[in-house]
Amino acid sequence: MTDASINASTAPAQADEAGFGDYFALLKPRVMSLVVFTALVGLLAAPVPVHPIVGFCAILFIAIGGGASGALNMWWDADIDRVMKRTKRRPIPSGKVDEGEALALGLALSGLSVIMLGLATNWFAGAFLAFTIFFYVVVYTMWLKRTTPQNIVIGGAAGAFPPVIGWVAATGSMTLEPWLMFALTFMWTPPHFWALALFMRSDYDDAGVPMLTVTHGRRATRTHILIYTVLLAVLAIGTGFSGIGGPVYLAVALVLNALFLRGAWQISRRTEADSEADNFKVERSFFKLSLLYLFLHFGAILVEALLKPYGLGGWS
Amino acid sequence: MSLRKSHELHQRRFSRNLGVGLTLAAFIVIIFGLTVVKVSGTDFGMATQEVQN
Repeated sequence: MTDASINASTAPAQADEAGFGDYFALLKPRVMSLVVFTALVGLLAAPVPVHPIVGFCAILFIAIGGGASGALNMWWDADIDRVMKRTKRRPIPSGKVDEGEALALGLALSGLSVIMLGLATNWFAGAFLAFTIFFYVVVYTMWLKRTTPQNIVIGGAAGAFPPVIGWVAATGSMTLEPWLMFALTFMWTPPHFWALALFMRSDYDDAGVPMLTVTHGRRATRTHILIYTVLLAVLAIGTGFSGIGGPVYLAVALVLNALFLRGAWQISRRTEADSEADNFKVERSFFKLSLLYLFLHFGAILVEALLKPYGLGGWS
Repeated sequence: MSLRKSHELHQRRFSRNLGVGLTLAAFIVIIFGLTVVKVSGTDFGMATQEVQN
């Protein structure tokens, strides 16, 4: 190949050529940060000491598995991402990365993360990670997302698995506590995303994704947010009396759930005219609070776990 | 064309290649660390004992 032919073959790609950061963006780093944090809490809350390097590897490979499913999601959903304002600048719709590259990266990292987690910890954890990737990519992305308005509810399970995987990586077995952490994220996901769907109003309509706001209307979505928030509050406060709870967690849960319930109640009472008048101020602040809500609940579980060696965490 | 001369393509893809290189280097370090922990832990105790017997 001559110099001229190299130039000719690469010149059109110069402007939009992908950098390392674009491939990293395929892994959805922001979602990955949630996966890392909740998996870490699951790992540290488990009543079994884990060697720091093994623990680090476990979290790393769970994060890579989460990132791989993000890349596979972007591969499958490239058509939707091109339409939605929120996702237009992702690496595939912006033309920086080919769909095939995203598929290859996703598949390679999926295999790598599952095998490495199995080797680093145990094969139960590895199998659980494989199931999570399958659930997110096949059950949620390929099947439910475009067919049912309950897509967020069921798809939320995929995002809720990391603390369970973290726990299983540490213990090699299953008890009630990791499932309480699972349920916390699972019940939190619908109100979090439905609030987003309320103020990102045209995005899901344009993409033809059957969000609750599109299929059942915005009034029904507001009611659903309230119902899920009430159920979530019961669960979150009840967790305070379990093996992963304690006084610190309970105090945090009481304050946050009071605020969250207040926000959900306000959303349920508002009309579209109210929301448009203040540019969805209440819905936006509820969405912001939801981010803090999950972070602080898991943070409180972590504090309880870290206090236990000093005889302070939990109820004993 | 001299092999030592850096092509424009190399400069353009420097960040990508550097990123891949550093990622692979980090992966090697992690696997090495994990291997040391696994070998010096109890995981391989049984196998060693069997060999000794």
